[in-house]
Amino acid sequence: MQGSAAEHAVSARALSVTRGKREVLHGITFGLPAGRITGLIGPSGCGKTTLMRAIVGVQRNVSGELRVLGLAPGSAELRRSIGYGTQSMAAYEDLSVRENLDYFAALAGSPRGQTDAVLARVELRDSAAQLVRSLSGGQRSRVSLAIALLGEPRLLVLDEPTVGLDPLLRERLWREFRSLAGAGATLLVSSHVMDEAERCDEVLLVRDGRLLAQASPGELARRTGTENLEQAFLRLVEHEA
Amino acid sequence: MRGTAATARRVLLQLRHDPRTIGLLLGVPAVLMTIFRFVFQHEHAQFELAGPALMVLFPLFTMFLVSSVALLRERTSGTLERLLSTPLSRISLLGGYALAFTSLAIVQAGVVTALSLGALGLNLAGSTALVVLLAAAVALLGLGLGLLASAFARSEFQVVQFFPATILPQLLLCGLLVPRAHMGAVLHAVSDVLPMSYAVDGIHHLSRQSDASSAAVGDMAIVLAYALGAILLGALTLRRRTD
Repeated sequence: MQGSAAEHAVSARALSVTRGKREVLHGITFGLPAGRITGLIGPSGCGKTTLMRAIVGVQRNVSGELRVLGLAPGSAELRRSIGYGTQSMAAYEDLSVRENLDYFAALAGSPRGQTDAVLARVELRDSAAQLVRSLSGGQRSRVSLAIALLGEPRLLVLDEPTVGLDPLLRERLWREFRSLAGAGATLLVSSHVMDEAERCDEVLLVRDGRLLAQASPGELARRTGTENLEQAFLRLVEHEA
Repeated sequence: MRGTAATARRVLLQLRHDPRTIGLLLGVPAVLMTIFRFVFQHEHAQFELAGPALMVLFPLFTMFLVSSVALLRERTSGTLERLLSTPLSRISLLGGYALAFTSLAIVQAGVVTALSLGALGLNLAGSTALVVLLAAAVALLGLGLGLLASAFARSEFQVVQFFPATILPQLLLCGLLVPRAHMGAVLHAVSDVLPMSYAVDGIHHLSRQSDASSAAVGDMAIVLAYALGAILLGALTLRRRTD
């Protein structure tokens, strides 16, 4: 990486997205620090998924400036470096967990045996032979996450990866995210649960397609004089009004 | 190339988890051909005339239905979006589907041809291998048309309605019911631009003449050209960026 990309794995300036006739993101400016976990926090319907899709390069009608790992989003060389965990599971229902992972591993050019390693990391080894169709909601979201981890992604874009998981597993996944960041990957993790934001290095607070704030959780609490992010969010919304 | 092979393997694995569909794909044409034979129980000559055309209609019907639904699912379940965010190219993806479905069509055509020439007593003047290859070309056509249909449908209800809309007119005009030469000028002109007319011309060359291999290969080339055209046009509908 060179230039400003050395600090920011993703940088956006005046980023807007129109879906149909409606503008859903209104000129957002932010940067994702490289090697850090950034939380994308906001109520459902605020534009989190749209923003993630823009970064991955599958969203139409994006205007403004957006650089991802120093490249234009969606470019061919970039697709090797991004792991995208979609919110809808986006795996083949009529294949087993392992068959799904083997397929996506082949596409990502993963080293041999990576399927097993990834299955262990998301604790799906015991369900590897099960058809995805028969999995519970929590298991499905881990399949989606597992697929995103395949290959050697330098940027992980994870859309609500911990929804519906039991607290213990959530804890372990966050430790997993932490170790990925420690190994140099940049993570963008969305959630509509404020307390997840506490685990991030940085937080992007989004509401109605606008960025309320980008700061570390501690900084946000300080700036708004509040105890937790839920209150900080409310304070920021009041300020806007 | 690796993406194509991996995709073909994945599509075939999906089918392997669905033995009932495989059974229907391989069994139904055989049963229909047998019924057709007994419809013409006392007019074997009629069976000799009309039977061979079914051999190229089956792969069109089945591959259109299978691929239109499979690709609609890719579009609506989010897997297509995920695939297109990986290094896989759209051509490799479709190449994988083509490889999987033509292999299946070759098995299907093998079963129907063996049954027809064996137990049902159909006589084929030309090359059996060319019949199977022609069926594979038609399967690619079915894939291409199914892919296009999937682009214009939002649900499985809608996509199967494209079957009577796009496939049945070709059944009426391909020369199975009435020889194309006997059609009125307008219908004949329409049948001239429909790909299945060439598939049926080709199979008639193979079934009725022993020395018409080159004519049949020419017809097969036309079917393949239509198939590739439909697949390439369909590839344009697999958009990386969507709303």
